[in-house]
Amino acid sequence: MPVPVVVASALTKKYKDFTAVDGLDFEVAPGEAFGLLGPNGAGKSTTMRMVGAVSTRSGGDLEILGLDPNRHGPEIRAQLGVVPQKDNLDEELRVRDNLLVYGRYFGISRSAVAKKADELLEFAQLADRAKAKVDELSGGMKRRLTIARALINDPRILLLDEPTTGLDPQARHILWDRLFRLKEQGTTLVLTTHYMDEAEQLCDRIVVVDHGRIMAEGSPAGLIREYSSREVLEVRFGSDRNADAAAELQTNLSGLGERIEVLPDRVLIFTDNGEGALMTLTERGFTPITSLVRRSSLEDVFLRLTGRTLVE
Amino acid sequence: MSEVSTDLPGGEAPGARSRRYGSWYVAEHRLLSMRSYAQTIVATSIGSPVLYLLALGMGLAGLVDKDVDTGASGPVSYLFFVAPALLATAAVNVAGEEATYPVMQAFKWNPILFAMNATPISPRQIVNGFLISIAARMLPTCAIYYGAMLLFGATTGAASALGILTATLTGMAVAALIARYSATVEEDKGQMAVIMRFGLMPMFLFSGTFFPLEQLPVYLQWIGWISPLWHGSELGRVVSYGAVEPIWLTVVHVAFLFGVLAYGWNGFRRVTARRLGR
Repeated sequence: MPVPVVVASALTKKYKDFTAVDGLDFEVAPGEAFGLLGPNGAGKSTTMRMVGAVSTRSGGDLEILGLDPNRHGPEIRAQLGVVPQKDNLDEELRVRDNLLVYGRYFGISRSAVAKKADELLEFAQLADRAKAKVDELSGGMKRRLTIARALINDPRILLLDEPTTGLDPQARHILWDRLFRLKEQGTTLVLTTHYMDEAEQLCDRIVVVDHGRIMAEGSPAGLIREYSSREVLEVRFGSDRNADAAAELQTNLSGLGERIEVLPDRVLIFTDNGEGALMTLTERGFTPITSLVRRSSLEDVFLRLTGRTLVE
Repeated sequence: MSEVSTDLPGGEAPGARSRRYGSWYVAEHRLLSMRSYAQTIVATSIGSPVLYLLALGMGLAGLVDKDVDTGASGPVSYLFFVAPALLATAAVNVAGEEATYPVMQAFKWNPILFAMNATPISPRQIVNGFLISIAARMLPTCAIYYGAMLLFGATTGAASALGILTATLTGMAVAALIARYSATVEEDKGQMAVIMRFGLMPMFLFSGTFFPLEQLPVYLQWIGWISPLWHGSELGRVVSYGAVEPIWLTVVHVAFLFGVLAYGWNGFRRVTARRLGR
């Protein structure tokens, strides 16, 4: 078992009376892609700030690369790459200059940082925009530049806080592709997200966090296996009829599935055979306005664990 | 990509260079940002002394037919009197430009301080770097102004070149003080304009810049006593033409300016650390 690069035990962060992070225990192995999945306000970003050695913990223990961030902040930060939730590129500088000035903060010589900047612009598919002003870039390009900037010091751990929030689907897929390449190269990724597809795409292992606590831990497939069914049948009867229809279905689950959840706009039926469940449903005289059979996702896991959806 | 070395010096602890030179890296960054308005910097650095010395030295000085101060070699003309104060004012103007919006926006609209905070450097280095970059712009501005003073015959003697340093000290004291405040501004409600109109402008008018402070009624003279610009102007006059004043007062000018600089720097550092969550 390789030595973990992050070890958190009973990690806690309090702001006066509010407990943002409430005793988290987790480890991250080198080369692993580790995700903190949870809704907004779950304590993910606060945890990332502590792991990034820019916020001191209120309790518990934390080791990053074998060092205590409360005592060795600069040494730890020298070996991290950080992609914050909100881009904080220097909009007064041009694209390439952003990489140059940032690399200097890590003590990298001017000639080395210039070479590295050109490589990273290629990697981020921004080589042709090297001299552009940052505010001329699209949201996806800015995000890729932020990731390139985070890689300027060849970090041992790359921290990504909500890396694709606010991006359009195409930009998200380009970004995932770049992150996947980093993962293939063995870079340790620690990311937060409230998108289950992102967590499934990128993470080897996930902890589901809610109200500052860990609700479950495992691989995406393992969590789905443990906390959800193989498939989910989504049916819509109209917002004023969903609850009544679900209540009626609850009375006899036979032939349908394991359980039913009602959301404001639809009813979810957790089953191993979605098509079969739909057939049973129609045979019993239910006529949904729309129906969809899909495989189970981490969203369903979260719903099962907390009774709420990830994006509310 | 992963094969490329980042040229971290072998044998050194991670972040060791950043801990040594972090302030200079921040200054380097800020100076690169200043390049985007370099033309304005150059134009004001050259245009401002020429215009002020022309208007006041050639224009207003013609109306002031009495000697307004006494120097080491006897009474001095109005041009000699006003020039060191204008030099200090030029430094204060740089402080007003670089310690207001650039500091506020580095937290808010262009939050580069949070990006710096994720690197090995400390809030103290961030603050030092900001102030170094302001000094790096201020010093040549003062040197150009001093050159114009020589051209206009507004100062003489090798010692008067010390005025470049006393003016820079004055400007840096004001810069640290303003930056201390600018760093606290989380929401823009026009505070920066207030600093300019109700802070710097009255300081300019009531700090013995255009006339000796004693000309003001005694109940207004306190404005000068607490004004870094008055202390800087008086100090400038001492080094420019040997203005006659007790030695203790010269010591007070220097101590006051360093005191304001230390007060501003310490507050700027504390506010920055707090806002960066350290």
